[in-house]
Amino acid sequence: MTIIAAPGNLKPHLNGLKREDSRKNAYQNGREKHGPRVGVGSRQHSRQEAFEQPPMYVAVMTYVGYGIVTLFGYFRDFLRAVGIEKCNIAQEREEQKDFTPLYQDFENFYTRNLYMRVRDNWNRPICSLPGPVFDLMERVSDDYNWTFRFTGRTIHDVINMGSYNYLGFAENNADFLKTVADRLQQYGAGVCSTRQESGNLKMHEELEELVADFLGVESSMTFGMGFATNSMNIPALVGKGCLILSDELNHTSLILGARLSGATIRVFKHNNMLSLEKMLKEAVSSGQPRTHRPWKKILIMVEGIYSMEGSLVQLPEIVALKKKYKAYLYLDEAHSIGAVGPTGRGVTELFSVNPADVDVMMGTFTKSFGAAGGYIAGKKELVDYLRRHSHSAVYASAMSPAITEQIIRAMKCITGKDSSTEGIRRIRQLAENTRYFRARLKELGFIIYGSDESPVVPLLLYMPGKVVAFAREMLARKIGVVVVGFPATPIAEARARFCVSAAHTRDMLDQVLHHLDEVGDGLCLKFSRRTPPSRPDPSEETDFEPNS
Amino acid sequence: MFQEKNAMASGQQWVLVEMVQAFYEAPAYHLILEGILILWIIRLLFSKTYKLHETYKLTEKEKEDLIEEWQPEPLVPPLSKDQPPLSYDVVTGPPSHKIIINGKECINFASFNFLGLLDNERVKEKALASLKKYGVGTCGPRGFYGTFDVHLELESRLAKFMKTEEAIIYSYGFATIASAIPAYSKRGDIIFVDEAACFSIQKGLQASRSFIKYFKHNDMEDLERLLKEQELEDQKNPRKARVTRKFIVVEGLYINTADICPLPELVKLKYKYKVRIFLEESMSFGVLGENGRGVTEHFGVNMDDIDLISANMENAVASIGGFCCGRSFVIDHQRLSGQGYCFSASLPPMLAAAAIEALNIMEEDPDIFTVLREKCKHVYKALQGIPGLKLAGVPFSPALHLQLERSSGSRVSDMQLLRSIVDHCLERNVALTLARYLEKEERFLPPPSIRLVVTIKQKDEDIQKAVSCIKEAASVLLKQ
Repeated sequence: MTIIAAPGNLKPHLNGLKREDSRKNAYQNGREKHGPRVGVGSRQHSRQEAFEQPPMYVAVMTYVGYGIVTLFGYFRDFLRAVGIEKCNIAQEREEQKDFTPLYQDFENFYTRNLYMRVRDNWNRPICSLPGPVFDLMERVSDDYNWTFRFTGRTIHDVINMGSYNYLGFAENNADFLKTVADRLQQYGAGVCSTRQESGNLKMHEELEELVADFLGVESSMTFGMGFATNSMNIPALVGKGCLILSDELNHTSLILGARLSGATIRVFKHNNMLSLEKMLKEAVSSGQPRTHRPWKKILIMVEGIYSMEGSLVQLPEIVALKKKYKAYLYLDEAHSIGAVGPTGRGVTELFSVNPADVDVMMGTFTKSFGAAGGYIAGKKELVDYLRRHSHSAVYASAMSPAITEQIIRAMKCITGKDSSTEGIRRIRQLAENTRYFRARLKELGFIIYGSDESPVVPLLLYMPGKVVAFAREMLARKIGVVVVGFPATPIAEARARFCVSAAHTRDMLDQVLHHLDEVGDGLCLKFSRRTPPSRPDPSEETDFEPNS
Repeated sequence: MFQEKNAMASGQQWVLVEMVQAFYEAPAYHLILEGILILWIIRLLFSKTYKLHETYKLTEKEKEDLIEEWQPEPLVPPLSKDQPPLSYDVVTGPPSHKIIINGKECINFASFNFLGLLDNERVKEKALASLKKYGVGTCGPRGFYGTFDVHLELESRLAKFMKTEEAIIYSYGFATIASAIPAYSKRGDIIFVDEAACFSIQKGLQASRSFIKYFKHNDMEDLERLLKEQELEDQKNPRKARVTRKFIVVEGLYINTADICPLPELVKLKYKYKVRIFLEESMSFGVLGENGRGVTEHFGVNMDDIDLISANMENAVASIGGFCCGRSFVIDHQRLSGQGYCFSASLPPMLAAAAIEALNIMEEDPDIFTVLREKCKHVYKALQGIPGLKLAGVPFSPALHLQLERSSGSRVSDMQLLRSIVDHCLERNVALTLARYLEKEERFLPPPSIRLVVTIKQKDEDIQKAVSCIKEAASVLLKQ
């Protein structure tokens, strides 16, 4: 199916990145990996990563759908221009009407005409813990989503399939949070200084030791914001005359960091080793464009789990390539740390790759650890260098003490240092929930993307109208889902994304699946044409230990 | 064949018939020869004189050799002698009025805790209550169930406090202005910016990929010169000018120089040259003005004349995060375009709750701003006339810079000298800090300095002690 446009071009966070090679169907080739792929050097189970294509009519209908809403958009713009329809958009001040317009008209066409009609499905405010179930503040709109009004009522006990609460550390059990509360009481909320000046708390160093120990590397450094961990440290590592090879689905923070570094950026196709190798070979053999000097260094940037695709990085293959071409590897484990691997140590553990083979291990504490911030870990030289040169260490506030304590607590729980088996129980529970949920979705006939082990489960909806109907219908059934469409995904691949958590009970998942089944039938969302696999025996799913 | 053709040239209508005839009659070798001739001509027409690609293309073997040969630079440069691994000062215990640095309990003149709200019991209580209800993290960006009622409350409270239509919060102070600038200013747009602008502004400028024009620090004439130049440029190309957005980016109180920006003049220039103003107020929010609204209130400038105000909540507010405020027309755009807003997990609710309570305190008791200003003036006065050191900044700035009067000529030795003063004071229980910069990354590197932060918690005797310590250190260490 080649109608599908090259998705990279449409992603907002890829705007401006030079796409070296954008043959339209090449992306598809990279994803058509239906066969099992066996991890290198392991007797582990094979990994299936499938990206099933929908029937042709679905793609056609999707484009027709977008065509219709776009036409309506122009029509409404016309009505607004002639004054028939009331214009609700905030206006420029009278005094500044003769300034250059702050926004170009076409820039906001999509927002004004498409997003505005359906924006009740995003930014839904919650008023409770973001645990396995949460409470939503009911809001209504009297003017087709231009403004919202809170009714004051609360929608209680909505099943939360949206938060990145993989290990269930978004919790408010007073016993668990005792140390966090103590720190908050003792230190207050902030730090009021940077790490290099007077904000380097002893507990930051304690956390850094724990992180390094957890990841099995020499040293680590932590930062106050996950996004900034990427955007403020990549520029310290590479610069002009260096080359960054970036996966086309990398997160905005990686792209921003790459851009701020001043290095040349080339984008390879998602998880496509042929594309990566071709670029590496080309880069090393012909050097920098125009000057033909050899590159100073080449940095490959990948993520552990891609948050919109649910796909896993092909780590063993990338490590082999990186060694062959002497490139460096930057691995962003925002979604995978804690969430995959028999003991939650991320994709290196899952693929049995030596963490020392990954030059820069990056991850965040927002997701599995239920906190905020990020880390960079690796060799001692790397971390020592960052201590001196990281933008974050010099200019940004250090991590809040209470947040630090939460990560320490979660880390100790995961590693069993709190002398309980709760951490490992949660890791196993997450793996079990993930496999169960994914298997059942396939069985129901939905097209889902990604690896069987990934707790990020995208369910393809394709058509814009169905996206909206799906999100609203699920909320009516008290299930909170995340839906994403263009421009966060390729235009023809709008989807719902579920994040499975260890805190979800089987009962909750069954309830979600039951409603999905009904809604799937009602909205005709079961696009899969594969024969569903026989239902796996749940008792096998927990057989997860590599050393057993 | 040619002869035959020539012979029949007079009769026009015969030519074609003749040619066909000739074709049939001509011997085979003749036809082959002519065919080859034609092909040759075609080849000459379409081929290049030499083949660029063939001579340049590397064979697989050559490529492999090159790959074998290539040695990249190490990921990070090896440690050199003049740059030993940096060991941070270790702080044990809360960095409030007293701070324990490297095991020594000191009076804190180093943390930006201007209003002393870091160890405020009310703030802590609210944060604890929030922790109890919401747990720690939000586990999601604002769009995907990361919007909490606390966030909405904080945003409306900030908007109310600043008397603006709307406010938007970010989960990290640094990311606030660094995300806000590129949300509006794109490739081709022009930003006029003060040379002393802080690092997060510089990163925002870089991310925007706009044209950047630096004007001399607080020099309005220099700014006007640049604006005039641009005006001439615009007259030459009015079509382009009509779509080129122009911005002035300044700080309220400059963190790097402790100076205040001449806001009324800037506003005049804004309307004269039709440029929008973005104002970064991390140092002045909760400090300047009758009610702590910052530099606009200080100068009595209408809030609406400033297009966007940003500040972090990590200094006066003593929490984490930052915010932008202004008219909805401007601010709302960031909810889909502010990268640090859209693509990052939202602010942990307990930190938002702490910020709300801090705002409550600031609203209930505006006297604290007067107290702070008096303290600042007091410190400023007391620090005058220390031999060998000069004080940079304005008297009401809470974060001052002590610079060397005479540089030794090398930045490294200047830094060492200042560090020895800091160490001397640390020994005597006064915590100061060096202002840290990334020397290679800063656009205009500020001179080395000791940072001295004034907070309302510092008592007169504390200030006296600090001043006498610095004096003593200067007289001992700056003799040479």
